[in-house]
Amino acid sequence: MVSFTLNGQSMTADVDPAKPILWVVREELGLNGTKFGCGIAQCGACTVHLDGEPVRSCSTPIAEAEGRAITTIEGIAGPEGELTKVQQAWISEQVPQCGYCQSGQIMSATALLRDNPQPTDDDIDAAMSGNICRCGTYTRIRRAIKVASGQLEPRSEEA
Amino acid sequence: MNDLSPQNEKAQERRALSKWSRRGFIGAGVIAGGGLLIGIGVRPGNPVGALGPKVAGGAGEELINSWVKIGADNVVTAIVPHCEMGQGAHSVLAQMLADELDAAWDQVKVMQAPADGSYVVNDTARMFVAPFTLNAADWIEPTWDGLFTQIARLADAMITGGSSSIRTTGQFQMRIAGAAARQMLKGAAAEAWGVPASEIVTRDSTLLHEPSGKSAPYSEFAAAAAEQPMDHTPKLKTASEYRLMGKSKARTDIPAKINGTAEFGIDAVPEGLDLSYAAVVRPPVPGTKVETMDAARAMDMPGVLQILNMGSFVAVVADSYWQAQQAVNTIQIGWSASESSIKTMDDQFAAFANALDEAGETGGKEAAAKGNAQDALGKAVNRIDAEYKAPYLAHAPMEPLNCTAHYKDGKCDIWTSTQVPLMARSAVAETIGLSPGDITIHHPYLGGAFGRRLGADYVSMAARLAKATGYPIKMIWSREEDTQKALYRCADLCRMRAGLDDAGKLIAYDSVFTQRHDPAEASVPAMYEIPNTTVRVAEAELHLPFQAWRSVDHSQQGWFIESFIDEAAHAAGKDPMEYRLAMLEGSPRHVAVLKKVAEISDWGGKTAEGTAKGVAIVESFGTIVAEVIEVDMSSGKPKMTNCWAVCDAGYVMNPDGFRNQIEGGIVFGLTAAMYGELELVDGAIKQSNFHDYKMLRMNETPAIEVALINSGDVPVGGAGEPGLPPAAPALTNAIFAASGKRLRELPIAKQFA
Repeated sequence: MVSFTLNGQSMTADVDPAKPILWVVREELGLNGTKFGCGIAQCGACTVHLDGEPVRSCSTPIAEAEGRAITTIEGIAGPEGELTKVQQAWISEQVPQCGYCQSGQIMSATALLRDNPQPTDDDIDAAMSGNICRCGTYTRIRRAIKVASGQLEPRSEEA
Repeated sequence: MNDLSPQNEKAQERRALSKWSRRGFIGAGVIAGGGLLIGIGVRPGNPVGALGPKVAGGAGEELINSWVKIGADNVVTAIVPHCEMGQGAHSVLAQMLADELDAAWDQVKVMQAPADGSYVVNDTARMFVAPFTLNAADWIEPTWDGLFTQIARLADAMITGGSSSIRTTGQFQMRIAGAAARQMLKGAAAEAWGVPASEIVTRDSTLLHEPSGKSAPYSEFAAAAAEQPMDHTPKLKTASEYRLMGKSKARTDIPAKINGTAEFGIDAVPEGLDLSYAAVVRPPVPGTKVETMDAARAMDMPGVLQILNMGSFVAVVADSYWQAQQAVNTIQIGWSASESSIKTMDDQFAAFANALDEAGETGGKEAAAKGNAQDALGKAVNRIDAEYKAPYLAHAPMEPLNCTAHYKDGKCDIWTSTQVPLMARSAVAETIGLSPGDITIHHPYLGGAFGRRLGADYVSMAARLAKATGYPIKMIWSREEDTQKALYRCADLCRMRAGLDDAGKLIAYDSVFTQRHDPAEASVPAMYEIPNTTVRVAEAELHLPFQAWRSVDHSQQGWFIESFIDEAAHAAGKDPMEYRLAMLEGSPRHVAVLKKVAEISDWGGKTAEGTAKGVAIVESFGTIVAEVIEVDMSSGKPKMTNCWAVCDAGYVMNPDGFRNQIEGGIVFGLTAAMYGELELVDGAIKQSNFHDYKMLRMNETPAIEVALINSGDVPVGGAGEPGLPPAAPALTNAIFAASGKRLRELPIAKQFA
């Protein structure tokens, strides 16, 4: 039995403590926003927050979540679904292509901006280079982080 | 230069006959024997009857034609036959339909067309099978159209690929469907109001009759419109009348992709089914089979339900994918011996070299010829010979291959990410012995594809497992399976010879290589005015199975050709930009693209010590793209600092979406150039996951600026692929300019390790 909170809700799961958070969240708890990409913590598609820190959920056993808070992509918006600044910037900069890696990208960017509200390019590189985007949206992710942190103006619709 | 193959000769004739503005005439055509063939775009008669229940299930929804429905809430839904794999086609196709329909964009939704024969994309099929017919003369158009609908159906051509959605389905179907629906709505309102249809105007999903002051939302006349006669040649807007086309409207699929609600194939949770999960192991060497299997350990592992030897693969079915994967990893499998003599990449390249040796200086199959290259090479003042090597590559979409299948009472439901839903349906039918009609394919968003999901191999595997076990099964391939046991961009070897005259002008060009797939013209440097040219293919066996990979042959040929042209420029002592421009006198669009990229990249301007720029230009999938890459070699290793791209696609329907595709194509191309390589050990692939099959990351990606040219009166070009081919040569050309090191082999990074 492992007890933790998921997106603010307390729960106890009767699962193999070695089972990675990724598969507990997807298969047992029905939240599919967190994605499987590589299984060895190389791509970042599975990034969730554990007590606010970004972790690769494909390689983090659920036992490590005992008594701690898991936050997934489904849990970052406000109580009425209000989008965060990061999510808004992801829309204004039209970041996603296929979108598969973007939950992980947004979780990494969210943690970055909480700790560092005005990140430099080097800060962005350091925080985001663990997340692969096969569609190649990196330049937009960078711009969106700068928009979310108020360093750049959002894209205008007709541009 | 002239490609003298018969098909292209015909193409020239047809182009001479035709007007570029096809006007999208789609309708019925009569073929020999008197059979009536019906075009699919907007079919005559009442096409909505049989389709209605499949696509207009909602309360108060009316299907106007195959491609558009209108709800009681006045929401217009575009029914899109292509899949959404990140290219943005769902949204832009809806934009095109909505513009012609005069729909309010904030009340437009997109629906994925079901995997149904009615939604075959015949114009896409035409682009692949017989592109010359796409701009055929008006008189023959109905016949071509009907014919290709039938061909497309037989070929299950509900395809997304070839950067074709906008330029075929968009131009020739969605716009016509929107314009026809608008006319039908006007017709219905005109009857009800007793006024001439010509006096009714449409705006923001509303019908207005100004003289009488009458107005109504489209929804009021949706049902009546569906009964109206359909005009198969509705008047389409001209560019000056566009209100949505040409605008960077935000993509409709993005909101679901930033909050975790977008559903990909791997997320399928079919209602009412208790899913089991399968992990698989496929043969490490292509073509081999399971000979022995020791699964003693796996059988006792938690959650394991069944272990199956399927001959061509081994599977564990368990309560959880993670359990299944853990268990399958413990199974000892003995594989049959491979018949392939190729065990290493050295063997593969030796096989290529043998084929090229055999072809010699004039042998092989001619892909294009002009003048007398062999003769001109002999007379040249300056000769360059070079051999280029391209490696095998995996597609590596972020969403690992997966498929959910449920087999019950002779019916099978499939949930999967696929570029070819109808081909997948046929493949499943054949594999498990059902008729296609007994199979339903559900195909949500794709987490990337890049050509890999044009193959339906994984879909058939899941269907077999579902039938064999009786369980509803979600099969997921590990990343290792995806990297090592998939389908691949082929490796190739290309030998090139050039002859320069005393002024440095390229007067002779010859290339010979071993792999030729699509598009057929990729290997031909057609835009350059070189008086004597031969392009030859000397086919050689591939050890790994082929699958089209983003930009297909352009991915290698773009690099071969544009590297070699750069070599010629340097041999002639000329600036590579000027050298290209001088050979493009007959191609004003290419000239404009190159001049623009020179301007925005400050070509010829001062750069820091150890830093230099390289240029490349490739036309692919109807779009001309030139790229300049700046690379800093001061540390002794290449660091890409900037990339500038200029594209001419004729007319861009959504500039921001187009730029996103070009940016992505560049990163995809640079990833391959820097890192992409699959090596063979005893015939099996060595690389297994992202730690050794590396992707470009945020910190390595240069700043990218993309500028667009709408040159206008030409067929619209594609977006998904054309950004890729110039990226590798622009980079290797920049590395040469910065370091004097000419790279004739990829990937780059290991050559500077």
